[in-house]
Amino acid sequence: MMTQVVRYRWLFVLLLPGLAYFAIFKYAPMYGVTIAFQDYLPFLGFTGSPWVGLKHFENLFSSPDFPRVLGNTLILAGLNAVFVFPAPIVVALLLNEVRLNVLKRAVQSAIYIPHFLSWTIVAALTYLLFALDVGPITQAMNSLFGERFDFLADPDWFRPLVVLQTLWKSTGWGTIIYLAALAGVDPNLYEAARIDGAGRWQQMWHVTLPAIRSTIVIMTILLAGNLLDTGFEQIYLLTNSLNRSVAEVFDTYVYFLGITQGAYSYSTAVGLFKAVVGIVLIYGVNWVARRFGQTGLF
Amino acid sequence: MKNTPLGRVFDAFNAVVLVGLAVVTVLPFIYVTAGSFAKESELAERAFFLWPREVVTDTYRYIFSTDTFMRSLIVTIAVTAVGTLIQVLLTFTMGYPLSRRSLPGRNVLLSLIIFTMVFSGGLIPTYLIVRELGMLDTYWALVLPMAINPFYLIIVKNFFQELPEELQEAAMIDGCSELGVFWRIVLPLSKPILATMALFYAVAIWNDFMSPLLYIDDSSKWTLQMFVRQMTVSSDMANTLGQLDPNYEPPEQGLKFSVIVIATVPILLLYPFLQKHFAKGMLIGSVKG
Repeated sequence: MMTQVVRYRWLFVLLLPGLAYFAIFKYAPMYGVTIAFQDYLPFLGFTGSPWVGLKHFENLFSSPDFPRVLGNTLILAGLNAVFVFPAPIVVALLLNEVRLNVLKRAVQSAIYIPHFLSWTIVAALTYLLFALDVGPITQAMNSLFGERFDFLADPDWFRPLVVLQTLWKSTGWGTIIYLAALAGVDPNLYEAARIDGAGRWQQMWHVTLPAIRSTIVIMTILLAGNLLDTGFEQIYLLTNSLNRSVAEVFDTYVYFLGITQGAYSYSTAVGLFKAVVGIVLIYGVNWVARRFGQTGLF
Repeated sequence: MKNTPLGRVFDAFNAVVLVGLAVVTVLPFIYVTAGSFAKESELAERAFFLWPREVVTDTYRYIFSTDTFMRSLIVTIAVTAVGTLIQVLLTFTMGYPLSRRSLPGRNVLLSLIIFTMVFSGGLIPTYLIVRELGMLDTYWALVLPMAINPFYLIIVKNFFQELPEELQEAAMIDGCSELGVFWRIVLPLSKPILATMALFYAVAIWNDFMSPLLYIDDSSKWTLQMFVRQMTVSSDMANTLGQLDPNYEPPEQGLKFSVIVIATVPILLLYPFLQKHFAKGMLIGSVKG
């Protein structure tokens, strides 16, 4: 063992900075999760603060905030599953049917762009386009329906805006993984289907879709694992005092309570609850997928 | 391949849908760019346009003359440059030893790294660690807490693993040390993945909004993303721009357009390179696991 270490000493030297990073910024915070079971006091630190057992979890589950935040998070997750999740699949299938390569590549180049922009830019664009009275989309909608739309402040419009933003930012990028799966389809399968008399619709149904089925399963598992991850930056940037009742989700709740109000232990407990639900979901859905004979994630 | 009449109708319809999608994606940029070069009066008058009646550069001249904006721009460029360097350095120095199958303890380390992708301590404990380290209100807080992206680390490791081992063995036999192999053989062969990783890290730092929000209180240390947020979302012009010139009315509405353009342009300039690399580098690396 020792001789091994000596033999590889330079490799270990190369490893050190990275190991230090994981120890300090990944594993120390994991240990820091213990403050969810303490009343954390900054001068006593992670190790010295008094233990209080499950107090913060009891407070969370009995708090009126909990059903509201959970509800908001789940509604956004549901909208995400219904509208955002299938969008890249549909677009990838449409792109796959394009025979003109120039067109295909031009469309791809355009729809990948928003993925690389920050949520700040997306929020800024949203605030410009949907601004009260002056935004181009607001003006168009106002004259179309003869109403005065207040997209940014009206709580009813918060969720549609979130879905629109996500669709705009992530649909194009999301197609990549499906297109990669489609590129691997053996052209002979289409040839064989044609010889058997299959039209284009049947080819899509019987050849193309089965080819991306396992990808869809994997993406579903990931979707389930990220069910409560609503994306902090997006939600935070679109939240204001008027739409907070529908906007507050776990991620922003943790931020407001922990960082702006200093309730460190309580907000850590909220974050831990969210993380544990995520792990249970990802393993649960993975198990279900495997039971149904699909390749799981692990 | 022959096409039925119905198929031709579908092809036309499909092309229209996809082109429409592409247009909807790009239109906001064209509008914002056009608006940033328009006069304040035109912005008030016309709801939507893709080309200004008169091209003026008022907003850009104004924004580049304010100290607060220039400071946030310089801060962001500096943090992105230094941060990317640190991230690439750490990712590559860690990825290389992990790519060596004979390294003692390799599997344990890999499991520990992969575990951080499934479970994290979360926002508050990470914030408290950063605070304990005295990094609040320092630029280090924008770089070090995300110095290594575990996903990229695995990609880099997999890339190194694909390099023919004979090459490294031959160099060792010729008297090259482990460090020499890494420096003289492995790194020169890794230029494409080095460029890809640098691009992706740089874009992540440039776009990062959460870290400055969490760790930077002092508005004189704001990054561009914070600045953009303050100008557009919070519409807090006077505080954001600092002392406004009393003799000169700033083009308030137009400034919102121009800061968005300025924060977006670097990404758009990098975009052709990003697009060239991601399809190859990212997917191949990640799929092989």
